[in-house]
Amino acid sequence: MSRTTPSTSTTATTATKSGVRVALPGQQVGSADVAANFADIAPPLSAGEAFAESARCLYCYDAPCTNVCPTHIDVPAFIKKIHSGNLRGAARVILDANPMGHSCARACPVEVLCEGACVMNEAEHRPIQIARLQRHATDALLERGFALFTPAPPSGKKVAVVGGGPAGLACAQELRRHGHDVVIYDAHAKPGGLNTYGIAQYKLTPEAALAEADTILKLGVTFRGNTVVGRDVAFDDLVRDHDALFIGFGLGATNQLGIPGEDKAGVIDALSFIEHLKDKPYGAYRVPDRVLVIGAGNTAVDAATQARRLGAREVAFVYRRGPDEASAYAYEMELARNDGCLFHFWATPLEVVGGAHVDGLKVKTPDGEQVLAAGMVIKAIGQEKQGTALRGFGVAVDDKGRAVVDAQRKTSRAKVWAGGDCVNGGKEIVNAAEDGKQAARAIHASFA
Amino acid sequence: MADLTANLAGIVSPNPFWLASAPPTNTYGQVARAFDNGWGGAVWKTIGQPIVNVYSRYGGLDIGTQRLMGLNNIELITDRPIEDNIKEMRLLKKRYPKHALIASLMVESKREAWHEIVKRTQGETGCDGFELNFGCPHGMSERGMGAAVGQVPEYCAQIVEWVKEVSTIPVIVKLTPNVGDITYPARAAKKGGGDAISLINTINSLIGVDLDRMAPRPHVNGKGSHGGYCGPAVKPIALNMISAITTDPETAMVPISGIGGVSNWRDAAEFIALGCDNVQVCTAVMHYGFRIVEDMIDGLSHWMDEKGYETLSDFKGKAAPSVTKWENLNLNHFMRASIDHEKCVGCELCYIACEDGAHQALKLVQKGGRRLVEVKEDMCVGCNLCSLVCPVPDCISMVHVENGALDVTWKEFSAGKGKLADRPQHYTDIEE
Repeated sequence: MSRTTPSTSTTATTATKSGVRVALPGQQVGSADVAANFADIAPPLSAGEAFAESARCLYCYDAPCTNVCPTHIDVPAFIKKIHSGNLRGAARVILDANPMGHSCARACPVEVLCEGACVMNEAEHRPIQIARLQRHATDALLERGFALFTPAPPSGKKVAVVGGGPAGLACAQELRRHGHDVVIYDAHAKPGGLNTYGIAQYKLTPEAALAEADTILKLGVTFRGNTVVGRDVAFDDLVRDHDALFIGFGLGATNQLGIPGEDKAGVIDALSFIEHLKDKPYGAYRVPDRVLVIGAGNTAVDAATQARRLGAREVAFVYRRGPDEASAYAYEMELARNDGCLFHFWATPLEVVGGAHVDGLKVKTPDGEQVLAAGMVIKAIGQEKQGTALRGFGVAVDDKGRAVVDAQRKTSRAKVWAGGDCVNGGKEIVNAAEDGKQAARAIHASFA
Repeated sequence: MADLTANLAGIVSPNPFWLASAPPTNTYGQVARAFDNGWGGAVWKTIGQPIVNVYSRYGGLDIGTQRLMGLNNIELITDRPIEDNIKEMRLLKKRYPKHALIASLMVESKREAWHEIVKRTQGETGCDGFELNFGCPHGMSERGMGAAVGQVPEYCAQIVEWVKEVSTIPVIVKLTPNVGDITYPARAAKKGGGDAISLINTINSLIGVDLDRMAPRPHVNGKGSHGGYCGPAVKPIALNMISAITTDPETAMVPISGIGGVSNWRDAAEFIALGCDNVQVCTAVMHYGFRIVEDMIDGLSHWMDEKGYETLSDFKGKAAPSVTKWENLNLNHFMRASIDHEKCVGCELCYIACEDGAHQALKLVQKGGRRLVEVKEDMCVGCNLCSLVCPVPDCISMVHVENGALDVTWKEFSAGKGKLADRPQHYTDIEE
């Protein structure tokens, strides 16, 4: 890097602890600030950085990082391949174990998985930057157009995949490698599921999610977008026309608050808010000065930090319990704090107040009732389970509305497997990827 | 404060850190800057037979992120006019009278040629000594000079004699490591009348292959040639050759200037502990510049103060008597690995190194929710490998195991004396 003096910003903004540029009183954030706020939170490593960081890896035997990864990527192996200059081999190690290796490199909670397990936390108080190294290898694959996998000769078997998110795409890659025909049905126009539509922009862009999906579709997968199974296509017809099915359609709509005023303009659910941002140029979205986010999970953090990064002066969480009960990862809460978000703990929403448009939220706190002013209320209190839809498909469901599967991800119904959020109730990309991969292996074995 | 004054065969310098004859000592400006930075002496880049250098001269060997673990070169002796060299050396000696300045020489193997260059250089430069370059393994050796001389003890002795016929100042003979047994050229240097020896010169090498061009590195328009290898990677070879000379009764008293991968004060202390009077440095300066001498001086002084050494001679050669033949090592001195589980970070590199690479003396055991590496006491042969691969300082230590047996060496045991203590047996049960 050359030695340059940092230039002084001319915009009327100041930076928060996490570097997010926010407006000074009486000012607006400019589009350049918004663009900077939405830049990669973990930018790509340069070749030199990747070389140095990969040299730090000890190459542990039976490594903790690999053991803790739900897909068991052989982390030391791919890191040593990066170090030796074998990027193609590194990408193969990653994507062989985890077909969602591109998006996991950006959006996986590595702090509680591979990087959290890294022995360098103890040795040097600083783990190997596994996620960024993984991105280095998978980015190289896209940049250089490596074709890693070749489908086996056609097997004559046909599999339908319901849902083109991480679970479905992972399943599709594994099935195509065995030569089976795959058709993915998805309610959205584009593939990728929440990878494309539901993850904070500074972690994973739709472009990256779609490029990843494309590597899998290019193996010869048919993608039928804007198609809801059960509405546009009958599930039973799919069962009749295919040799196997995989259900990986995630969760349903965001849960309702069930309080008065919920239908006022300016009340939006977190996933719609995030999807809206990602589907349109992010600078175009105007947020009001004050935003309240109800909930304290990871999606709530994604919504709150992005509202802040779009220029909202004050973003506050409203949560009916305390900080210890918040379901967001500690490092996500830290990010929200560093972005300058505020927290109203022990505050239960009672009513959305205002005229046609929201003006505030009445909450019950230990000190009594009060109204928090807000021009926008974002609901992030979890998504509905898919119990009704799953039962409609003739698949056994547990008391929480999740599909019941065995170790091979086989459901109660013949020829039908399932995985991802609709089975686990809502976990990470990496869990969905593992489910899809394992289900595909079981489907393949069932054809033998 | 320790006194770092060094004395090599009568050549006194304020400290033992000299620049070796190499690119850093090519010009007045470089050496003056080096002396200003604190270097105690410099051996001027070899003057002699006129040569022309090629472009693309050095190749590096990197290990991980460490650049230049080894460096090789196909550069020859100075390509500057001899008059310029002599003039600059004269000015330098005049302006830095307390620093050691050595002229390095290499001419064809003729008595008159050596007489001429010795007389001219000592008369016109005022240098403190000569170093005879019998070491360069590349280029000059094809023309019967450098290593071509150093590899034949008779030639070596002959040229030293010729030089001594006319030299009025100390003569250091620089030896090539590209020989089967370094003690022969060392003895020849002494026999010819050399006042001191310096070693090692560079090792014959081909540093690597450019896999795109299918040519050696470095290459000149697609073609390369073997070169001289130096840098931190060659230090063990230098130490071994020096110990061979200091433990040879014929050469034990010959003053030595140690060369080979010296990069810091600790390296220098090791060379001196094996019997060197000073050290010469090149690669570390080519990598980081003359400023490195500051810590060499500072570190050596502090270490000597801590150890209570007032002068270099207080520890010079102190480690030499411990270097012996393998046959004199005690076969009954048992060592065993001891792992500190509090310090262990769980990488298990020790386990796989021992299991696949050594003596299957470690095992993985589940204890209290952790997987630990434990030593199989009946199998450990104290080889050190686990402690060498462990990334955590002081996590694995090698401890002495009392076995009650009397000392016995191979020399004694093979002569029917003494008794071996019971040792681990690595039996395997393989089905026939």
